[in-house]
Amino acid sequence: MLWYTLRRVAYVLPILFGVSIVCFSFVHLAPGDPTSAVMPEFASPELIAQIKRVYGFDQPLPVQYFRWLGAVLSGDLGVSIISARPVWGELRPAILNTAQLAIAAVAISLLSGISLGVLAAYTRRRATDRAITTTAILGVSVPHYWVGMVLVAIFAVTLGLLPAMGMAPPDKSGFGLNDLRFMILPALALSMIPTAIIARSVRATVMDVRKQEFVQTLYANGLGRRRIFLHVVKNAAPSVLAIMGLQIAQLLGGSILVETVFAWPGTGYLLNNAIATRDLPLLQGTILVLAFFFVMMNFLVDLVQPFLDTRIKRQ
Amino acid sequence: MPASLQEKSASFRSADRESRSAGVTVSVAADALKRRAFLKLILASAGSLAWPYRLGHAQTKETVLRVAMTLSDIPLTTGQSDGGADGGRFVNRSLYDALFSWDLSRADRPSGIVPNLAESWSVDAKTQRVWTFKLRRGVKYHDGSVFTARDVVWNFDKLTKEDAPQYDRHQARQAANWLVSVSSARAVDDFTLEITTKEPNGTLLYELTSVFMSSPRQWEKVGRDWQKFAFQPSGTGPWKLASLVPRNRAELVRNSEYWNPKQVPQTDRMVLRPMPDATTRVAALLSGQVDFVEALPPDAVPQVKASGMQVHANVYPHIWPYMLSHMPDSPFKYIRIRKAANLAIDREKLIKLLRGLAVPAKGMVTPDHPWFGKPTFDIKYDPNAARKLLAEAGYGPKNPVKVKFLMSAAGSGQMQPLSMNEFIQENMREVGIDMSLESMDWEALRSRRMAGAHSAPNKGIHGINYSWSIQYPIFGLIGQTFHGKNRVAGYNWGNFGDPRADELAAKPLREFDIEEQNKRLGELHAYLVDQAIWIWVVHDMNPRGLAGNLKGFVQAQSWFQDLTRIRIE
Repeated sequence: MLWYTLRRVAYVLPILFGVSIVCFSFVHLAPGDPTSAVMPEFASPELIAQIKRVYGFDQPLPVQYFRWLGAVLSGDLGVSIISARPVWGELRPAILNTAQLAIAAVAISLLSGISLGVLAAYTRRRATDRAITTTAILGVSVPHYWVGMVLVAIFAVTLGLLPAMGMAPPDKSGFGLNDLRFMILPALALSMIPTAIIARSVRATVMDVRKQEFVQTLYANGLGRRRIFLHVVKNAAPSVLAIMGLQIAQLLGGSILVETVFAWPGTGYLLNNAIATRDLPLLQGTILVLAFFFVMMNFLVDLVQPFLDTRIKRQ
Repeated sequence: MPASLQEKSASFRSADRESRSAGVTVSVAADALKRRAFLKLILASAGSLAWPYRLGHAQTKETVLRVAMTLSDIPLTTGQSDGGADGGRFVNRSLYDALFSWDLSRADRPSGIVPNLAESWSVDAKTQRVWTFKLRRGVKYHDGSVFTARDVVWNFDKLTKEDAPQYDRHQARQAANWLVSVSSARAVDDFTLEITTKEPNGTLLYELTSVFMSSPRQWEKVGRDWQKFAFQPSGTGPWKLASLVPRNRAELVRNSEYWNPKQVPQTDRMVLRPMPDATTRVAALLSGQVDFVEALPPDAVPQVKASGMQVHANVYPHIWPYMLSHMPDSPFKYIRIRKAANLAIDREKLIKLLRGLAVPAKGMVTPDHPWFGKPTFDIKYDPNAARKLLAEAGYGPKNPVKVKFLMSAAGSGQMQPLSMNEFIQENMREVGIDMSLESMDWEALRSRRMAGAHSAPNKGIHGINYSWSIQYPIFGLIGQTFHGKNRVAGYNWGNFGDPRADELAAKPLREFDIEEQNKRLGELHAYLVDQAIWIWVVHDMNPRGLAGNLKGFVQAQSWFQDLTRIRIE
């Protein structure tokens, strides 16, 4: 297991290095001077030079990259050009806000995705299965921000039951019912796609496992349905887990569209803002941290999988 | 199957059946109870999550004005905000004061400048460069300290002197346009200020409306740290910052001791929420989550009105134009083509598409504006006259003028750029102008505008669809010329060069009486219109949505608005 873990770590490091190069160079592909969009017309040449010097834009790109990488490795993601606040100071609350939403969306996705997938697999080619499969296809096909708008139109505008946007006002008593209320609609919108994907993959995997010989043997041995069901779930878990890992990582990365539609100040909202204002330090920092989360989430899934499926450990 | 295995299997099934049948009655009853309890719990949770939402808000005694801005973050709160007019409108003018301000009390005329922290002023007649201001006495910052002339000098240094301890490059960047003509400032005494300009600048008062006064004492108190100051700012404005959560909300409370009793806020509290998405703003208003919404999309206006909300709209110094390239390779170097393009647009029909929320442009400003003057070129829809002008210039349906314009898909003041540009493209084609469009994001377009038509990236580009503010004389009118010197950075995108225009542009800078200056600006404007330096399309009316119980709001003809007069009834 140690060798397996070390090998996974060895895979992760070059990926992270590659991610850092990609996220640095991509944001510099946009034409034009990174400072020109943020400087007013009458900014003096001295002020322009000063801003370029402070942000390092006066250096060649490779020098900028290695300086940035060095700073990142020492925990400094730089300072936002627009807000003048440290990038990490901007990112930290955004990550926490997205995490709140992501946890709620993950809970909804896992609960509903797994239940629907298993139900569909056990009612194969019957009306329930068809209804679930059709809903799942719709869930993957319909844009989640559109679903968000529809939810807002129904539950906030027409019925007035839930808030249309934003987070609950800060409250010294900590996370409470009011926070949950603001979270329901964006979490539901965000969970649409992962629910559908998880439901489809669980259905396919469970059906596949149920066809396998060992299940027939268990039936033949007279095991109860519940115990056989547990065996099926255990065997279906590794492949489902891999898909869930990807979905969770994506949810943790935030959604630009859903967070913008709900004015939810998470990482997606931050990213949208950074793109719109060409705030390069914020853009680079946000992409890097989100990519890091994504890689780490997959790394964790890789580590957990052998415990669920010993064949992977043996390989 | 071997006998032993059969027995084993039978015993498994039997045990399974027994375990299921033994407790059947009890478990069904228990299940039913659990189910009911669970359902109750779900319903109670759902009820408690949903029910008190509107009720809870209605029960609040404190009057709170909740504002949805178009920005995606709370603008800088240190004194010189970012975020363009939104930043100025909601943060600068709420927390701070400048030496001069805008008269935002009336909706029926363009807002003019009024004294604010400065009460009176005079200009040295001989040099025309030295201004003396008498400052208002008894003005206090939110931290309780008294505003003096020394604070003005301190704030100027904050924005211009790199070696001053209070220098803040982020604020300096925001103020770079406003202090460009100032050479020095000194405090003659506590309430007398002297400002010397590099050259005579009759429009200085307009520029001073955008330089806001932060408290030097508060800056010292927070450890000379602008980052900390942003969260505990102190100005002299009608609101005080109570709390700030970046990208989420800013809560402002009434400054009951504000020096101008007419502008002490009528609500206890104001909450600013960034909401860049127009649909979100509309939903927030319709669901009662906010009371005041900026930039209502025209399509949402009927629904907002039908819901018992108010829609306010008014003209303001905004123009939706095409800035034209006057470079040698541009067809627009010929006045006939420029005029033809102006006559090709059916503005009335375009305004119908915008649900009436715009007015046809006759120039940079509306005809009732003091800077309109008396242009002879009447901008209207006259396709026959346009065709005739093009024919005189050697163009026609078989030989159309080929031009390429830049546009953005969205952006500050850009209204509905996609549909508007497509509509105009069709208009142009009908008279013999083949107009192609290159779309880009707003910041990219901004970058291309600042670079000017002469720059390498803009080679082959003949116009740029870029909304513009005519609130300030230099920004709006004088900057569109060379006024006898070099091209004014960024403003004169198309490099329009004309000695007569330069001569007219120089006059208001040497005129210090506002009425007379308005006349000089009118002469310049009339000349710019007669030369058809741009294609002027429409002026936006900036629709805003207000909750039905908001009273007292007057939508001034300005980029700024006074939110202190709003009452909640």
